[in-house]
Amino acid sequence: MSDDRHPMTGNRTDSGQDTGFERHEYDVVVIGAGGAGLRAAIAAHDAGARVAVVCKSLLGKAHTVMAEGGIAASMGNVYPDDNWQVHFRDTMRGGKMLNNWRMAQLHAQEAPERVLELEEWGALFDRTKDGLISQRDFGGHRYARLAHVGDRTGLEMIRTLQQRVVALDIDVFMECTVTDIFKDGGARGGRVSGAFGYWRETGRFIVFEAPAVVLATGGIGKSYQVTSNSWEYTGDGHALAMKTGASLINMEFVQFHPTGMVWPPSVKGILVTESVRGDGGALKNSEGERFMFDYIPEYFKNETADSIEEAEGWYTDKKNNRRPPELLPRDEVARAINSEIKAGRGSPHGGVFLDIASRRDAEFIRRRLPSMYHQFKELADVDITAEPMEVGPTCHYVMGGVEVDPDTEESIVTGLYAAGEVAGGMHGSNRLGGNSLSDLLVFGRRAGHNAAYYAHRSRDKRPRVDEDDVRAASQAALAPFEIEGGGENPYTIQKDLQDVMQRLVGIIRKAEELEESLVEIQKLKERAKKLQVEGHRQYNPGWHLAIDLTNMLIVSECIAKAALERKESRGGHTRDDYPGPDDSWGQLNLVLTLAGGDFASPVDLKHQPLPVMPDDLKELFE
Amino acid sequence: MGYDLKLRVWRGDRTGGELGDYTVEVEEGEVVLDAIHRLQATQAGDLAVRWNCKAGKCGSCSAEVNGRPRLMCMTRLSDFEPSETITVTPVRTFPVIRDLVTDVSFNYEKAKQVPSVKLTPRDEDGKRRMMQADVERGQEFRKCIECFLCQNVCHVVRDHEDNKEAFAGPRFFLRYAELDMHPLDTNDRRQLAQDAAGLGMCNITKCCTEVCPEGIHITDNAIIPMKERVVDRKYDPLVWLGNKIGLRTKDNEGRTEV
Repeated sequence: MSDDRHPMTGNRTDSGQDTGFERHEYDVVVIGAGGAGLRAAIAAHDAGARVAVVCKSLLGKAHTVMAEGGIAASMGNVYPDDNWQVHFRDTMRGGKMLNNWRMAQLHAQEAPERVLELEEWGALFDRTKDGLISQRDFGGHRYARLAHVGDRTGLEMIRTLQQRVVALDIDVFMECTVTDIFKDGGARGGRVSGAFGYWRETGRFIVFEAPAVVLATGGIGKSYQVTSNSWEYTGDGHALAMKTGASLINMEFVQFHPTGMVWPPSVKGILVTESVRGDGGALKNSEGERFMFDYIPEYFKNETADSIEEAEGWYTDKKNNRRPPELLPRDEVARAINSEIKAGRGSPHGGVFLDIASRRDAEFIRRRLPSMYHQFKELADVDITAEPMEVGPTCHYVMGGVEVDPDTEESIVTGLYAAGEVAGGMHGSNRLGGNSLSDLLVFGRRAGHNAAYYAHRSRDKRPRVDEDDVRAASQAALAPFEIEGGGENPYTIQKDLQDVMQRLVGIIRKAEELEESLVEIQKLKERAKKLQVEGHRQYNPGWHLAIDLTNMLIVSECIAKAALERKESRGGHTRDDYPGPDDSWGQLNLVLTLAGGDFASPVDLKHQPLPVMPDDLKELFE
Repeated sequence: MGYDLKLRVWRGDRTGGELGDYTVEVEEGEVVLDAIHRLQATQAGDLAVRWNCKAGKCGSCSAEVNGRPRLMCMTRLSDFEPSETITVTPVRTFPVIRDLVTDVSFNYEKAKQVPSVKLTPRDEDGKRRMMQADVERGQEFRKCIECFLCQNVCHVVRDHEDNKEAFAGPRFFLRYAELDMHPLDTNDRRQLAQDAAGLGMCNITKCCTEVCPEGIHITDNAIIPMKERVVDRKYDPLVWLGNKIGLRTKDNEGRTEV
């Protein structure tokens, strides 16, 4: 091998094509370095596996860093009555009972220990008066349950896990994108045998030989125009899983966070944490009304305040008052805001008002919500300690993802695991705030542990990477350089896709628009066969986007197809033409697979009954 | 409202490069990163730039805007006259990879050299107790988004490549200070901070503090107290005696030197 290597990453810095592919052998390859990926890598390492983490950005920059509110875990530090059963019940009800019950159970049971583990590794959470980890209120959670650090909990989490990974000396391949997963016996074969990717820095290819791959790639938000998600959220893991023969569930459920910034244009979509509402922020329309009282659904009536007096009372006396309707689950709040804006009662820049300045003093706001204060001050010239914020829905999270075994996180493909946002099932039709960070930790650990265990069991019969597959993967990746004249600009297709998804597959959906979206996506897929990029392979964002774009197209088709199929409204899926929930649909998952091995192949859809909850858990809902 | 912005962007790689002139349409309320993205999408598809969150939370898009080290996502166009040309160049202290992307691996190397946290055992109920007042100092330092602008402006390494070997830089003095101030940590890294990390080379010019987009008081709250703590250790008579007779592994706070 050439000696011209990056001192830290081992990245080859020559960009010639004649020296063959860089190769590495591991037991477990984790794709993604957010909360789930890093936790998986730590678990696999602890189980004795040789582990690599491969990530598109620098270590510590993954989307987890953006999480603000906190980690939901029933530690009972603020309300001793809290326990895993209550958390489990809240999670299932928030997901409108479409969650995989076993995942929701494991999540509620294991989250507290996962939080304490972070503390062990150096996280400095905010404290209660007794010195325990403080817990804050959030939408849909019966008790104050979110362990937090101001409003930058995600940063604390990623830094803690990052520092743990460094301390354990786990290999990290930064700025390296995986484009294919290999199986022995070819695309339709049996077990995972490795992965293929490129260094963003040099454009050189890299082959990982490994019996187990953990997908921890996060979400899909970049397929929408208005999103809180970063450039990395192109559905890579979702698409890799499908291309490898795994299945996706719940893809029709996309969470539009009720409160994103709406102005100025440059920050449109950027998240305004739910903690603003948890800490006392009220939503108001242009007439100054707290409109959420008009949108309390039957399902949550018993636990929601129906007067301003009671809602106000809750902030000081939680025992004798019910929760303000601002703290309903996110799907309810996002729909309500959407309706107010459509009815002409929006704010000047097309949102509604979120006001915390009227309730809390400046010192409280700056201490509890420092990032929000900073973000509005710096980017919008708004002082949130004195004025209301303007907010509106933004594409935030996909509930849908890879169908996995709830205990092991293995997909239907042997050796392929998924954890975090890229996995499906845990959150049903709608995720509660705070349940994402805990999801990353609980299932990241489980996936890493089980992947390591599987790799250990297959140590004497390690699968082999087929050289024909390697050649095919490199040809596919280089295709955008081969197109001559009249090719398509990836930036333009991405923009067109975002427009289609935002317009036709947004918060409120109907059959005609969804049908139209599928036609449009098909056209974009055709155009994407002729993607063309300029320049060369060294750190070329146009090329990187061209590759990510094919993933976005697969995922977008999945969302639109499942959304058209599900003829009811539930959680993060609202149909104008089927406005209510329907019990028979409530028993069904929609399962999506890819008929062929590449992005241009059609997406297949089938119905599958939900796993049945055992009676002892059912009793919690009576 | 919208106008045509004149933008000069450094294009090149480790072998060399030059400033390129561009005109980009921009809108009210936009930031420098928006202009760079529009340039990329419409005129220069292969323009290399790092970014992630576009909200000042991830610290990826560090660059020098008109010579001043900034996060491009937090640098508003309204801070400049519409007629003014904005020049964007890569951060200077780290080697260029391509265009605005630099090789920041120095920082990841230095991160590996800091011994991690090692806490005292948990309380009997399996939890740990720390008072808010005691964690707040460390919390300030953990606000760091690792944009490495402090590393970029620190003259110890900005103008002296040779110092990089023996100097961890302000970002890691924050880390040493954070760990030293952790209420339950049992490792003593003071000697290490002084020797291997080169804390003594810092002559507190506060450039790091001035450039920090998170407003962390790097010099006053981390570096100076850390310097004092190192000195305390040096002059502690028990430590001196222990060193002398070769017995000492723990200092007067019951920590273990690493």
